[in-house]
Amino acid sequence: MTNTIIWTVVILTVLGLVLSLVLFWIARKFKVEEDPRIDEIEKTLPGANCGGCGFAGCRAFADAAVKAGNLDANYCPVGGAEVMKKVAVILGCEVKETAPMVAVVRCNGTCDARPRINTYQGAQSCKVKAALYGGDTGCLFGCLGCGDCVAACQFGALSMDPVTGLPVVDESKCTACGKCVAACPKRIIELRAKGPRGMREFVSCINKDKGPAAKKACSSACIGCGICEKTCQHGAITVADNVAYIDFAKCKLCRECEALCPTGAIHGVGFPKPLDKEAVKKRVADRKAKAAEAAKAAEAAKAAEPVAVPVQPEVKKEENNG
Amino acid sequence: MAKLTFSIGGIHPADSKIARERKIEVLPLPDRVYVSMFQHLGAMAKPVVAVGDTVKAGQIIAEPGGFISAYIHSPVSGTVRSIGPRKDLAGFMQMHIEIEVQGDEWAEGIDLTPELVTSIPEDRDFILDRIKMNGVVGLGGATFPTHVKLNPPPGKVAECLILNGAECEPFLTSDYRILLERTDEIVVGAAIMQKVLGGCRCVIGIEENKPEAIAAVRASVARLGYPSMEVAVLKKRYPQGGEKQLIDAVMHRQVKSGGLPIDVGAVVQNVATSLAVYEAVQKNKPLVTNVLTVTGDVLPAEKQHNYLFRIGVPLSFIAQYAGGVPESAVKMVSGGPMMGKAIANLDATTVKGSSSILYLGEGTARKSESPCIRCGRCADACPMGLEPFLLKSLYKAGDVAALEQNAAQDCIECGCCQYSCPSYIPLLDNIRMAKGQVMAVIRARNAKK
Repeated sequence: MTNTIIWTVVILTVLGLVLSLVLFWIARKFKVEEDPRIDEIEKTLPGANCGGCGFAGCRAFADAAVKAGNLDANYCPVGGAEVMKKVAVILGCEVKETAPMVAVVRCNGTCDARPRINTYQGAQSCKVKAALYGGDTGCLFGCLGCGDCVAACQFGALSMDPVTGLPVVDESKCTACGKCVAACPKRIIELRAKGPRGMREFVSCINKDKGPAAKKACSSACIGCGICEKTCQHGAITVADNVAYIDFAKCKLCRECEALCPTGAIHGVGFPKPLDKEAVKKRVADRKAKAAEAAKAAEAAKAAEPVAVPVQPEVKKEENNG
Repeated sequence: MAKLTFSIGGIHPADSKIARERKIEVLPLPDRVYVSMFQHLGAMAKPVVAVGDTVKAGQIIAEPGGFISAYIHSPVSGTVRSIGPRKDLAGFMQMHIEIEVQGDEWAEGIDLTPELVTSIPEDRDFILDRIKMNGVVGLGGATFPTHVKLNPPPGKVAECLILNGAECEPFLTSDYRILLERTDEIVVGAAIMQKVLGGCRCVIGIEENKPEAIAAVRASVARLGYPSMEVAVLKKRYPQGGEKQLIDAVMHRQVKSGGLPIDVGAVVQNVATSLAVYEAVQKNKPLVTNVLTVTGDVLPAEKQHNYLFRIGVPLSFIAQYAGGVPESAVKMVSGGPMMGKAIANLDATTVKGSSSILYLGEGTARKSESPCIRCGRCADACPMGLEPFLLKSLYKAGDVAALEQNAAQDCIECGCCQYSCPSYIPLLDNIRMAKGQVMAVIRARNAKK
């Protein structure tokens, strides 16, 4: 009996020792050389594995960053500038400053604004609905309301507003990973700069129909009238295909376009005070009147000095005033 | 003789052929017609007329945009008022030609007399050219250009032309009516196609619920004396009229995954296509008219009609002429209740493939979905032997490779799975998307080769 126990202990101990030596040898022989910085970067990253950076998870991101030796092609939208700075320290390189982004829903066709012309009974998926038909409103471009974007968001930043039938972005949770942008078959959601102190202006509509058709389908559609484009002093707004677009890099947040938009398609978000439309309208009207006066005066001056006045400054002046 | 049917799957929806006794009436002309440039499978047709042009009925107004495409003719005489995008049935923008109707003058060379012409032209190319130039497409639903289908690639031989008179969709009666009223023309049309295909035999498949049609076609074949043509009585079962199902029923052959009917020596054409072929070849008349049923479970029998309409007449005009949309209708469908498309826009126009306006009542509304109980009824019902519950889950998981392995691309979109699901799961809605994804992958792979 005792013998059996002793033999068992001895055999197992010897076996264990031999196998551990074999394993030790294998571990040395077939060691995978890996840059320790990959692990370090991976630890620094948020670890959501959302794919928002374009790589298949955080480790793939770290791997690519270390291989490239710089951060030109890598940006973690979830971690933002803070995390990127830490990653840059590990890699010993510079990181480009990127403005924090946020998802913006570019449809304001609420149930009130956009009358429903039929009832959809198919599978509750925007993708399926978009493939089947033009949607339950007259607008071919607007939100379908089945919530594919909500399902795609891994951070719980999107929810459907039951009153408006449109998705709402919770800015505190949105990491700008872009999953919702890809999930929306109508390409309504856009990633835009969060703006200074969270203030930003955007056109909440992508309807490319001509004015009357767009207006018929939705009372708050962008009708491409171009008032905003003409009013904007910063050249931030362009109207193409009957729809306006505000370039957030150029927008100075003066809110004039928002006040003057006849359909209310331009939205301002994050401003401390509500927009005093009348005041802004008056400001714009005054400026226009002044500009007109100045133009008249210039014309008069031109008439007085028929030959000497060069044409060039004249044009410039008009541009400034317009 | 035993009644023929396909070997797996299928369902038995209620027949509901309420309009079957209503004779075909000729629909009057509206003030304006809107001719869609997208009435067939394949490339969009290109308009060859300009705004302000005067056109005659039967005149070519658009030419094919590719190899698989078709000519489009003016259904009326009048003036072209606009060419541009207009909302189609589903609410999508499609290119249309708007024509203001003025009188009813037909283009030259079109024989409008009702006399039956039985002498078939000898020249095969002449026949195919007539079919192509007269814009004939398959009228069974897929609207595949007929001249392409009747011209099998070299090396493939057609053994059997199957004429599809199954009309397995509930409610629809347009094929039944033409089988009764235009019997001889359909039979001659079939003989023309037999000739084009090199003298193969022809089987006209008709479901057992149309005994009058079966008798009429049999009598006509005997009278006109076509020895290689016979009528097959099919069991009433949906989707009996599906191409692959019909080949299975009539020839007991199965088309393999990704294959075409011609691979097993079959060419399937709808009876309405046969009529169109007859008119195109014997009368030189383009495909500008078709028969459409106005029907539905909320429409009283006396308000149901079968109309001979000009292709391009707005649906709203037909609905108005037939007595307006019934108030109790909650759903409007163009085509049968199983495979038809919901009408999201009644102002849309009719196209070559339009076969009905169907008004459905409260009871037909979809019920809310509940979880899958793994009963397997969808797999039993699938006539293609697929596993719809699995395909749906794989689609949700986004596994395109597994979808291809499980043959999502073979789905014929008949809707049997969704019809038989006790949990009201929108299986087909999802599988259709999956099919699209798999087809895109296959196309991309073939393009690489």
